[in-house]
Amino acid sequence: MSAPEQTPPTSTLERPTLSLRGVNKSFGAVQVLHDVHLDVYPGTVTALVGDNGAGKSTLIKAIAGIHPVDSGTVEFEGEPVQLNGPRDAARLGIEVVYQDLALADNLDVVQNMFLGRERTRGVVLDEASMEEAARDTLTKLSVRTLKSVRQLVSSLSGGQRQTVAIAKAVLWESKLVILDEPTAALGVAQTRQVLDLVRRLADTGHAVVFITHNMVDVFEVADRVAALYLGRVAADVAISDVDRTQVIELITSGRSGELGLAPDALED
Amino acid sequence: MSSNTLTAAEASGPHKPAAGFEGDRQDNTVGGAVRGYLNKLRAGDLGALPAVLGIVVLGILFTVLRPGTFLTPLNLSNLLVQATPIIVLAMGLVFVLLLGEIDLSAGVVSGVCSAVLAQLLVQAGVAWPIAVLGAIAAGAIIGGFTGSLVGIVGIPSFVVTLALFLGFQGVTLRLIGQGGTVPVREPVIRALANENLPVTLGWILAVLVVVAYAGVEFWRWRSQRTRGLAHQPLALVVLRIVVIAAVVFTVTAILSVDRALAAAIDLAGIPYAVPLVVFLLLVLTFVLSRTSFGRHVYAVGGNAEAARRAGINVTRIRVLAFVISSSLAAISGILATSRLSSVTPDAGAGNTLLYAVGAAVIGGTSLFGGRGRARDAVLGGLVIAIIANGLGLLGVAAYLNFIITGGVLLLAASVDALARRRAATARR
Repeated sequence: MSAPEQTPPTSTLERPTLSLRGVNKSFGAVQVLHDVHLDVYPGTVTALVGDNGAGKSTLIKAIAGIHPVDSGTVEFEGEPVQLNGPRDAARLGIEVVYQDLALADNLDVVQNMFLGRERTRGVVLDEASMEEAARDTLTKLSVRTLKSVRQLVSSLSGGQRQTVAIAKAVLWESKLVILDEPTAALGVAQTRQVLDLVRRLADTGHAVVFITHNMVDVFEVADRVAALYLGRVAADVAISDVDRTQVIELITSGRSGELGLAPDALED
Repeated sequence: MSSNTLTAAEASGPHKPAAGFEGDRQDNTVGGAVRGYLNKLRAGDLGALPAVLGIVVLGILFTVLRPGTFLTPLNLSNLLVQATPIIVLAMGLVFVLLLGEIDLSAGVVSGVCSAVLAQLLVQAGVAWPIAVLGAIAAGAIIGGFTGSLVGIVGIPSFVVTLALFLGFQGVTLRLIGQGGTVPVREPVIRALANENLPVTLGWILAVLVVVAYAGVEFWRWRSQRTRGLAHQPLALVVLRIVVIAAVVFTVTAILSVDRALAAAIDLAGIPYAVPLVVFLLLVLTFVLSRTSFGRHVYAVGGNAEAARRAGINVTRIRVLAFVISSSLAAISGILATSRLSSVTPDAGAGNTLLYAVGAAVIGGTSLFGGRGRARDAVLGGLVIAIIANGLGLLGVAAYLNFIITGGVLLLAASVDALARRRAATARR
């Protein structure tokens, strides 16, 4: 196993990596996701936007297999799939980078990237091959901000930690990488680094879903934008077809001019 | 893999061509290693420093206060034998402490296992290997029980082991009998702490250990360098080997001198318990630093949620850590039994646990989890043993002994807490 192969950037005409059709999800009496349609394409950054409580987290947890969907179909690379646990998602090549990063501070970069999936020779850890693979992945992503792959994660800045978390997702031949607000807690320069990395992730052929509240980030890095409003997908459009005002209207009221949900869809 | 390009990159020095990992500015020079170490100290990670300083300072202090008795081969051999049960118990505690848990029952578990050993030998009359296996099995079962209560049921380890601390004293009392003492005269068990390796064999073992250590270190350094991986400077590797060799050979030399007080008796050689501790140190160091299990122990201690999301079975790691801890407590109990040649109802109670926790923490194992090594138990255990031994030689009153030892543990825990705070503020 090694870092993902280099594939040229692809057009959005291609078959989607992930395709959701009519997905519903309830927690008890509360229906959180209504009839969600979403397509995510390889080589493309899809920004997933929406107000607090719009269902962004539930949607990515459904894709990650943490909350299996109630109804609707999920297709991965054209094949219908069941996502009943995080392992199902990982097997398909879906990796989620959570907001709280989930890195162990007391381990170094290589150790974190291989956590839970260590390479061994017999019972002995194969440190050399893990270090080489980690280095390879970081090289492919043109990461320049880390001093050493043997640095402890506790000595890294917020942006560097985000870089490690993203590189960890890439290491596993993932096809779809989901990033939950990767720039939320970062300064200007660090946000810049992470956005560059997100772009390179797509340029190396990954399908990327990028959750954010920040409109600047959306227009900076995304190719498509999907807006959630009260658990429904209000719009799933190319970034070139919308402007900032429209995206904000989609987030706050579910529609903007011709775009968005029909007024009657919002009644119930 | 890209080892070819990386090797070429490495050969051309620290500044690698664009083909390599561009950000990697790892400094593999002596200066870099020294700077790295100073940075680590500044960030609050003191490592083995407090324990080594402790051994040196206390050694000098007691040598000055008791010139004729402290630094003699006889006392040093006594001191090492005194230290072995503490060290082994602390080695087990390192696993539990690494997870950020505590095992307050480790001391009395060692007592229960001693009682099992004694009753198997004396009442059941079984051969010593079976009795030893029985005692270790008892430890493992107890550890499985404790670990299940902590890992599966989810009771805080502090409460579980506090309850067991009391409960197991009852078990030992039941096994040994009120007021009774079971003498253990089994020659092999007694020999552990009371007999010595033949001098020649001691030297052969010492040379083997040093050669093996040097071989492993050199081999790793060479393979890391040729594959272009992060590695320590050669000078530092050599220095480490020299220090280890010096310590091993000095101790062997001191213990090879005839230390008998009467001229008629010949008393020389390394006590059997010492190579046993060295063997455990090597095995546990290997487990913690070279296996997936060890890596997962650190991960769970550092960030249990991250470990869980990485697919690590956190419950299994927790249970196994307690199993290891209690099994080592059993071995510690066997060593203590050997030293006293008997088991009393209060075996493993009193300050046994305090000594062991103190040893681990003084050695550099964090009470907050995620940081610690098997070696910490050895260094810290020696500090504790020197204090106990030295105060004994000074004839200090019992009350003062308690106060001083308690104070040392408190000091070590304060250093640990301050180091952690320092690390937290140094981060951002």
